[in-house]
Order: sequence, then C-alpha cells, then structure tokens
Amino acid sequence: MTLTATPDQLAKYEVVIGLEVHVQLATRTKIFCGCPTSFGAPPNTNVCPVCLGLPGALPVMSKPAVEMAMLGALALNCRINPTSRMARKNYFYPDLPKGYQISQFELPLAEHGYVDVVTANGPKRIGVTRVHMEDDAGKSTHDGFKDSDRFTYVDLNRSGTPLIEIVSEPDMRNADEAYEYMVYVKQAMEFLAVSSCDMEKGHLRCDANVSVRKWGAAEFGTRTETKNLNSFRFLKQAIEFEVSRQVAVVESGGRIVQETRLFNPDLGETFSMRSKEAAHDYRYFPEPDLVPLRISDAWRERLQSTMPELPAQKRARYATEFGLKPYDAEVLTATREIGTYYEKAVAASGDPKTTANWVMGDLLGALKNDGKEITESPVTAEHLGDLVKRIASGELSGKLAKEIFPKMYAEGLAPGVIIERDGLKQISDTGAIDKIIDEVLAANPKQVEQYKGGKTTVIGFLVGQIMKATKGQANPGVVNDLLKAKLG
Amino acid sequence: MNIPSLTISQIKADLAAKKYSASELAQSALDFAATENPKTNAYLHFSAERALAAARAVDDKLARGEDPGLLGGVPIAVKDVIVTKGVRTTCASKLLENYIPPYDATAVVRLEQQGAIILGKANCDEFAMGSSNENSAFGPVRNPVALDRVPGGSSGGSAAVVAQGTAVVSLGSDTGGSIRQPASFCGIVGVTPTYGRVSRYGLVAFASSLDHIGPFSRNVQDSATVLQAMAGHDECDATSAPAPVPDYSAALTGQVKGLRIGLPKEYFQGLESESGALIEQAIEQLKKLGCEIVDLSLPTTEHAIACYYIICTAEASSNLARYDGVRYTSRSPNSNTLPDMYRNTRGEGFGRECKRRIMLGTYVLSHGFYDAYYVKAQKVRALIAQDFARAFADVDAIVAPVSPFPAFKLGEKMADPLQMYLSDIYTITGDLAGIPCLSVPCGNTQEGLPVGLQILTKHFDESTMFRLAHAYEQSRIG
Repeated sequence: MTLTATPDQLAKYEVVIGLEVHVQLATRTKIFCGCPTSFGAPPNTNVCPVCLGLPGALPVMSKPAVEMAMLGALALNCRINPTSRMARKNYFYPDLPKGYQISQFELPLAEHGYVDVVTANGPKRIGVTRVHMEDDAGKSTHDGFKDSDRFTYVDLNRSGTPLIEIVSEPDMRNADEAYEYMVYVKQAMEFLAVSSCDMEKGHLRCDANVSVRKWGAAEFGTRTETKNLNSFRFLKQAIEFEVSRQVAVVESGGRIVQETRLFNPDLGETFSMRSKEAAHDYRYFPEPDLVPLRISDAWRERLQSTMPELPAQKRARYATEFGLKPYDAEVLTATREIGTYYEKAVAASGDPKTTANWVMGDLLGALKNDGKEITESPVTAEHLGDLVKRIASGELSGKLAKEIFPKMYAEGLAPGVIIERDGLKQISDTGAIDKIIDEVLAANPKQVEQYKGGKTTVIGFLVGQIMKATKGQANPGVVNDLLKAKLG
Repeated sequence: MNIPSLTISQIKADLAAKKYSASELAQSALDFAATENPKTNAYLHFSAERALAAARAVDDKLARGEDPGLLGGVPIAVKDVIVTKGVRTTCASKLLENYIPPYDATAVVRLEQQGAIILGKANCDEFAMGSSNENSAFGPVRNPVALDRVPGGSSGGSAAVVAQGTAVVSLGSDTGGSIRQPASFCGIVGVTPTYGRVSRYGLVAFASSLDHIGPFSRNVQDSATVLQAMAGHDECDATSAPAPVPDYSAALTGQVKGLRIGLPKEYFQGLESESGALIEQAIEQLKKLGCEIVDLSLPTTEHAIACYYIICTAEASSNLARYDGVRYTSRSPNSNTLPDMYRNTRGEGFGRECKRRIMLGTYVLSHGFYDAYYVKAQKVRALIAQDFARAFADVDAIVAPVSPFPAFKLGEKMADPLQMYLSDIYTITGDLAGIPCLSVPCGNTQEGLPVGLQILTKHFDESTMFRLAHAYEQSRIG
C-alpha cells in the first residue's frame, strides 16, 4: 500500500525537480548511417551493417543531425562547445545491437543554457545543464506474437535514430513548473522543425528526477528517477504522486531510496524498477570510432542566423505589435503553423485583434471538431484575412460574416465568391435602407407611438424588423443612424 | 608456374606474356593451397568461387586490352577478422563459426577493384588477441619455416600463407604487433601503415584506436603495391585520413645515403643475443649504404605494455559486447532467461584470452577505476607519441628489433600470458603512436629461425619506411 501525504505534511516540504528530456531529431536519415528514419516500415527493413551493429561496421556522424542538435541547443540558450566528444555507454540489451549506445559524456555538445517560463506563481528561469547527442536503440516487443511466451521480437528500424537529451538543473519546485518547462521545450523543438515531437510515437519522452526536503534544508533530499513519461499529463501526475509518496515516507519515519521508477498511467502511480545498487555501471569512455566533433564559430554563427523566431519571442511581439492579450498570444503561438497562419491572415486583413478572434474561435473550433490540423484548414489564411477585412471596412456585418464563414470552411471558397453567389452583400446604401425603414415604420405604428412616448427601448424591436426585412444584409450602423433621425 | 616464388611484378609480366591466364593461376593456387594447408592450418576456409569469378574478370579485362589493376590476377589471403561478403568470417571464434557477412570491408573492395584474387581466409588468434596464433578456436597455425613452432600472432595465418607460398601476398591486422611479429617469425615482410591510412571499415574491431590493416609479402615492393591499392580516405571510416597517398613504388629508389637513422636504446634491452647480433649486422649494413646512425632515447617505452593492455582491453571489452547470442552470434541453447542466454553464449563461445581481456577491460573502465587506469593510460599514450615526435624531429627513421626472440615452440608460452605479452614489447609502441612501421627479414639464427628488423617513420611517411626497407633488402640479396 502506497502512502500519500496530507496537505499539512506537504506544506512542510520543498519539492526539487530536474528533467531529462529525450527528443528524436527530425533528420531524414539516421545519425551514423544513411538509413531512413521513416516510421512504419516493415520490421528490420530500414537497416544496414552500421545500425545493425554488424562486426566491422563503423559509425560516421551525420552533419544534419549535428546541425539540428545545435539548433535545439541554441533555442535553449546553451553555449555550444567548440569541441565535444561522443562516448560509449555500455550495457547489454537485446535491442541494443552494438552492446553500447553512442552518446556523450564528458564533453557534451552544449552546456549552460536556460529556459524562461511563466506559471501561476510568475516568471521563472530554469537552468539547462547540458544538451547531448546520442543514437536510439531498436524496439523490443515482448507480447502479441503466438510464441511471445518464449520469445521477444526485436525490430532495429529505430536503431540509430538521432536523439538529443536535454538535462535541466534541479531548478523546478512544483509539477506546474515542470509542465511549463516541458511545454517550452516541445514548442521550441517544433518551431525549429528539429523534431516532430509526436509524443505518442515517442519522439519526446521525459525522465523526472524528484526529491523533497524540509523548507530551509541546505541539502537536497534523496532523489528518484521516474523514466519514460510520454505525455504532459503523465509528467504532472507522476511528479505529484512522487512528491506525495516521498513526503509520506519521510513523515512516517522512513527513508527515500535512490532508485529508478516507472509510471503506471492506469493507476496514476509510480513503482520501483531498480534500486541504485542494481543500477548499471555504464563504463563510459570516449568513442574511438569517431573523431571529436569540432564546431567553429563560423558554423555556429551561420546556424544561429537561420534560427526562426521562437514561441516566447513571438508571444512578446504579438503583444507589442498586435496588442494581443497574453492568453491570445499563447494560443496563436501554440505551434509554428498556427503562428504562420495567423500572421498571414493579419497581413491580408490589416486587423490583428479581429483576426485573432476569428482564428482562435471559429477556425480552431471548426478544425478541432473535424480533428484537423491548421495545415489542413480548408479556409486559407488569405481567405480568412479577406473576410476580416470586409468586416473592418464595414462591408460585412459580424452576423453576415458568421454566416459566410461556414460556407468558406465547407467549400474552400474565397469570401468574395460566396458573397457574390449568395447575394449576401451588406446594404449600406442609405437610399435603399431609407425605403425599408419607411415601410417598417408604417407597418408598426404602435411601436413608433411608444418610442415617441419615451419608451426608447422599442428601437431594438424596430431595428430587428428592418434587419429581418433585409435578410440581415443592412449595415446595422447605418440603420441605427437613419432610424433615430426619422424618429426624431 | 611455381606459386611460392611468384611476386606481383612476375605475375603481371607472365599474364602480359600469356604464360598462363589469371583463371589458371587462381585454380593452381587454390589447388596448391588445398594440398599444402594441412601442414600449417594457415587457411581457415577457401573462397574458390569468388576467386575464380574474380580471375575470370581479370582475364576478360586482359582480353579487352584493359589494365587489370595493380593486383591483377594476384592470389591473396585475407585474415579472417576482415569481412568478406558471402564468405564466412569467423574471427577464429566459435561465436562466429557460421557468420557470413552481407558486406565487404573497404580494403577488400579496393584490392578486388585492383584485380586481386581472394583465395580464402587466414587463421589468426581469436578476435586478433594473441601473439602466437594458438588462441584460434579452429586450431593453431604452424610456422612453415619450422613446423613445431608458432608463426607469431595474431596474424599468424596471414604470415604463414605467404611464407609457405600458398598465397602471394595477404592482409593482416595489427593492434599491438600482430603484423610485424608474425612477419619476423616467418621471415617475410609485414607492414603496419599509419593509423588512418587504410580504412578500418569491415575490420572486426578488437581495439578501435589501435587496429590497423596491413599487408604481408615476400618482398618490400609487393607490400608497397598492396598498400598503394588500399590506402586512402574512406567516407565509411571517420578515423581514416584524408591525406593524399603518394606513389610508394616511386619511393623505392635504392638511395638511402644520408638518411638519419635513430637507434632507441630502450629497444636493445632484453633482446636475445642471437637476434641482437642479426640486428647489429643490419645496422652495419645500413651504415654501408650511407645511412647516418644516431643513438636516441624513447624514455616512455617502459610504460608501453601497461598502457597498451589497459587501452586495448578497455576497447575490446566494449567491442566484443555485441557477440551476445541475440543476432548473428551462435546462441547457446537451453537458456531460460536473458541473462542466462548472455552468460552461456559468451561463457561457452569466447576462448580464454578473449575472456581475460574482456574482464581486464571491464575492470579498467569501471566506476572508480576509470581515472586511475584508462585516463592515465591515455596520458601515457600521448607521452609515447610525443617521444616519437621528438625523435622524428631529428631522424628520418628509427630502426629496432621486432621481437626479443625468434619463433618459439607451440605451447611454450601459453601457460604464462605475461611472457606472451612481452613478445610484443618492441612493436606496441608503434601502434600506440599510430606511426607506420614494418618488419623486414634480416637473417636467420643458427637454427634457421628468421629474425626481422623493424623500421618506423613519422606519421604518413610510409615512403621513407619503404625506401629504407627496400634498399636494405636489395643490399642483402645483392
């Protein structure tokens, strides 16, 4: 039976969290050979002597992988080391064909970075200790086959897929900070197209180091490492569970054991995988098959100059340039594609705030209903901008626009085409509206009397009648002005 | 045709004169090797089909009047730690007894592009670990010069086939003397090129930072030609050097007058007297050829064995991890758990020497010992390289013995690994420094056992090494 802590007990402890995030790079080929990294090929087909670890085969470092790793590190404000080294991490596992992983140890690609996040408690800077490169292992399947009781199946298609591991400082103090840090990392990697960050496919996974200590204690408590958290929700749940468990253990006079744990999503609990005593000695040493990785200032600067605007920078710009509220800026920078769409639409509309409302409301809503990404939107950014522009210019009422948008979405047509075809143009011509007002006033003498008698609220009824008579196409502003003038 | 006396240039001339075809030569060589091999066990297996196909291709080229390549029609053997597509590559280990690689080593590809005919795969110590070829899972190799003696190791089979005449030239690998020591024991030429000169792609790794592929031959010219054919940058090996490859044959001028030759005093300690006398004679010969002999010191030499056995075992412990029974390795049956499968496969599959080195290497890399052993050994290695660099600022080449003693008897040193390791005391420094070095015969002991002279030059200066070795060799013959 796992103990959980009471709120009073929890309040006595400070939580310390550090994260190790593994990101699968989006290179077309593997890190040490030319095999494709594509997902879903039949087992053991995207392989060659190198990624199969055949006797005599040698790794050769992929330049695109290095550059993506550098971009990732730069996005986390890291310093790229002019010289870094690959190292062998030795352990036995059936899906590890060489008997070692080629990773980095003493001289990682990049160090000394940081990430700025904002939580309910305000802004917070989280240190990034290091970013290093490594190759992924293959995949073991222990069940699902007829003879799974006796055999494990190994697929080495994934073997040699490039990864970066991002190690944070133990700077996070609650699950929310860890969550926001992870969001930042994911968004940054997506924006840079360094990774597709598909968590279901394991492109982004996270190990959480968690410890607790009494407030004011100088030393960190003993930490546990919960491995392979592959969703934001699991990350948060696992941390919250670990904190509660650790506080309860300490409060009941027990001691935390340094160990590796796993998260059971069904129970929302972590459980022990192996203790420190059973931990591997990886016997790291520099990889003799690869020369040190030397990164010149020129190379680094060239990459730096190609860095696109990152989510945080974009949000800041949306606030100052477009006057958006923080929440709106966040929604519109959630992915690089949403930001791109929004900016294109603004360019067409000239009205950032109304455009923001349309993108966040009608468009994202409709896409969500259909389970579509913004890149699959039937309404192009230019068409949406066009629609917003027509509202801003007074050509369309908001109401008319709301009627036009679903047609644009369903048919993929420009607003002008639909307006023309369905005769939905707003009537701003005072002569035409004048005539209709006269007819409505003549048909409703009682309401006219009431208005004149001081009950000015009936004007709403009259406007409604006029709009009805024009099938909503009359410009409401013009209607109001003319009606008030007529009623005196 | 008298296969044991053939050289590359002789074959070239004979083929041009249509004395025989490449196919006839290949078939004769295969037949001769099959007959002679039981005496030495130097070949593990033959690749007749591949050899005859390659020979036909050479004949076709000749028929079309095309150049058949630097090694057109030359019968060669390849040490069984170098992978050959479709031809069993066992590393002389039970673990790879039935392993057939799906690809060729770069060196093999390049030699075949130059017309070489691969007759078969040469025996060696298991995973190239040993100095006597007694660590082969498929039986020891006997020295063709004296059948009760070892041919040296680990490339014992590669040396023996050339000495025996069952191949004209061969490929070996050298991690700590594994080419030069057997060359000296068998009375032939063996070359360890600069580290990075020949691609290691397809050379089954023993100690990656020390492994070299190099040729064996009956004269210096032939080794120079084989190296010419396979040297140069390979994009499949990140440690192969992009340095241009000079014309080695052009270096064989016979002119060595004025070359400054260093004699490192540390290499003349512990040398058996008869071997020592032959080396002294060779040095006198070099003086006669006009070389200037200079005494020098390489003071870090005494640490070389310790340094070498830390680095090579550390790397070996990692390189040999992949033979785990999961994929191509023979798997021990009747294991009920994964750890059992690993333990049984490796426990039953590896020979004693491999196990010893895996244990040593695992130990020196272990948490808490890494700095004291591995890191320190790397520092010593850098000092050894510095010693050589300093020496080569003053001399053009260094001359030394290859081995403290000539070929010993089978079984003589198997009980004492340390004694065995000492047979490499003069050769491992060259591997640690990564410089080119070779062994050239310098006479026989009274018993008729060959002794080799070692010549070392600075990085990528194989030309000077070949020039000196060739001039010396010619002066002995003449």
